[in-house]
Amino acid sequence: MLEDKDRIFLNLYNDLGSDLSSAKKRGDWNNTKDICEKGRDWIIKEIKDSQLRGRGGAGFPTGLKWSFAPKEVGSRPHYFVINADESEPGTCKDRDILRFEPHKLIEGCLIASYAVNAHVCYIYIRGEYLREGYKLQKAIDEAYKHGLIGKNSSGTGWDLDIYIHYGAGAYICGEETALLESIEGKKGQPRLKPPFPALVGLYGCPTIVNNVETISVVPTILRRSAKWFSSLGRERNTGTKIYCISGNVNNPCNVEEEMGVPLKDLIEKHAGGVIGGWDNLKAVIPGGSSMPLLPKHICDTIKMDFDECVDNKTGLGTAGIVVINNDQDIIKCMARIARFYKHESCGQCTPCREGSGWMWRMLERMAKGEASREEVDMLMDVTKQIEGHTICAFGEGSAWPVQGLLRHFKKEIEKRNNFNPLINTGQKNPYLVDQHLLEKENA
Amino acid sequence: MTIKKISKDQPETFEFNDKNMELAKKAISIYPEGKQQSAVMALLYIAQRQNKNWIPLSAMKYIAKILNMPYIKVYEVATFYTMYNLAPVGQYFLQVCTTTPCMIRGAYNLVDVCKKKISENESEISKDGKISWMEVECLGACVNAPMIQINDDYFEDLNEKKLENIIELIKQDQKIEPGSYKGRKSAEPENNRSTLMDSKNA
Repeated sequence: MLEDKDRIFLNLYNDLGSDLSSAKKRGDWNNTKDICEKGRDWIIKEIKDSQLRGRGGAGFPTGLKWSFAPKEVGSRPHYFVINADESEPGTCKDRDILRFEPHKLIEGCLIASYAVNAHVCYIYIRGEYLREGYKLQKAIDEAYKHGLIGKNSSGTGWDLDIYIHYGAGAYICGEETALLESIEGKKGQPRLKPPFPALVGLYGCPTIVNNVETISVVPTILRRSAKWFSSLGRERNTGTKIYCISGNVNNPCNVEEEMGVPLKDLIEKHAGGVIGGWDNLKAVIPGGSSMPLLPKHICDTIKMDFDECVDNKTGLGTAGIVVINNDQDIIKCMARIARFYKHESCGQCTPCREGSGWMWRMLERMAKGEASREEVDMLMDVTKQIEGHTICAFGEGSAWPVQGLLRHFKKEIEKRNNFNPLINTGQKNPYLVDQHLLEKENA
Repeated sequence: MTIKKISKDQPETFEFNDKNMELAKKAISIYPEGKQQSAVMALLYIAQRQNKNWIPLSAMKYIAKILNMPYIKVYEVATFYTMYNLAPVGQYFLQVCTTTPCMIRGAYNLVDVCKKKISENESEISKDGKISWMEVECLGACVNAPMIQINDDYFEDLNEKKLENIIELIKQDQKIEPGSYKGRKSAEPENNRSTLMDSKNA
């Protein structure tokens, strides 16, 4: 287990207060000037050496991302954008950073904006987190008042303005180009990449977009050295991570742990165990709803980091762990996730817009046992038609959980849905023979 | 994708009051010169607040004029994002999260309470004209599931009984406390904390 001295978010549970003076006691804003004076190249190199990977889901190396920003500011200004549009089911880590550790985020914004030559930083918060937004705004006002940001921020000679932009309940705006569209005052529909935002982003200017947690750990890494950070976890999967453990556990919680902590330890030690005991475990979604689920026998041994999750055909994602025990109907759980994706598809690409609805309707029927045997394979086919055929990763995000279900629980679906399609019985039925199984509300 | 119902009953005109005009100007000022369109989301929020938590079409036209952008672009934004209500909602607007993490902790029991206590169908204002409810997708408080949002506040760690109490209180316009209803602080593991103990006891 990670020792308290190696934890970054000391106020994760708001024991110590989130205001500036309490934050300073925890070491925030200490020597920010000295850090910046070591120069951009040093900051980016140190972050690269720490092997920090983005905490927003994709796990892209942060230092590398920063190095994509043009070295010199040309005719277009640079922007720095924080992605606080946390909407992945199972994930609520950024919320606690916004409300309890806002100064870590603001200091991280200053250092990162300095490193990528940005004078303006937008923080895109999901609209539902209004209270958290107010708390962050209060912290920003405090920082302005004490000269930590604004003109000549913290004495570094760098001017930085931080603004909050509220979203309005669109999951897709967590995708970085959709987020930029949304800040520009348009519908949040992702853009084609390339060009990548690092070169053509917000208002067509070079823009770096990072997750809240990624940026909040930056000041601590620079203060305690990349060596310290990379000593936690293992090669390419370093540092600490806030895990959100929800679902059928006795004590659902957020907890900061080392990368590569065994999943079983997280659930048993921190979350009080699965309801009904470890043997009552059915499956775990390891990284927010868009990552494929894992059956119990993998959960017994898996360690939670980026690479080991990929080896098990899933992903660490946002580390939002959803525990599902045997009391739940796993098909119904996945049907509900499919409904989420149907609801949140932006509607830009046909495979995702139509396919997400298909997957939901098929799964709803499978949960009720109204689907035919052939449809199980047809469902897999639909997921394959979506995956890789869309502009953004939402297509994968909606197809993977269904694929995970089919990979590990196909027998269960087939057991429940084991009749011949009506078309095969030789009756004179109209072509869309299974349509009558759709309820009105599903149509 | 969702289809949003737009109210048939539309007021003729809409204008920001003085206080909200100030707020709108401030919202526009945080974006660069000539990029005032960025403020459309903020202005829609301000309009929604001014107009009893829903946005009439006349407000969209008004905002389009302020921001010097086509009306259809404002309409697009207002219909794309789910948090803009385009038809009247109750003075107390309950949003029940029913996505999987909440569902497996009993969110549909809360939906049943809403059906029983408020109105049979979602987005239907209760008989006393004060409350309405709807099912929404993940609100991002999964560790504190099941939870609901009433207007701007989150109410966490609920069960049927606790929600019934809350609804009774708001029916009488009494103050309700947001936060966890299990008495725990934030997202810490209840009764089982093993980390950051020094700061807990400090």
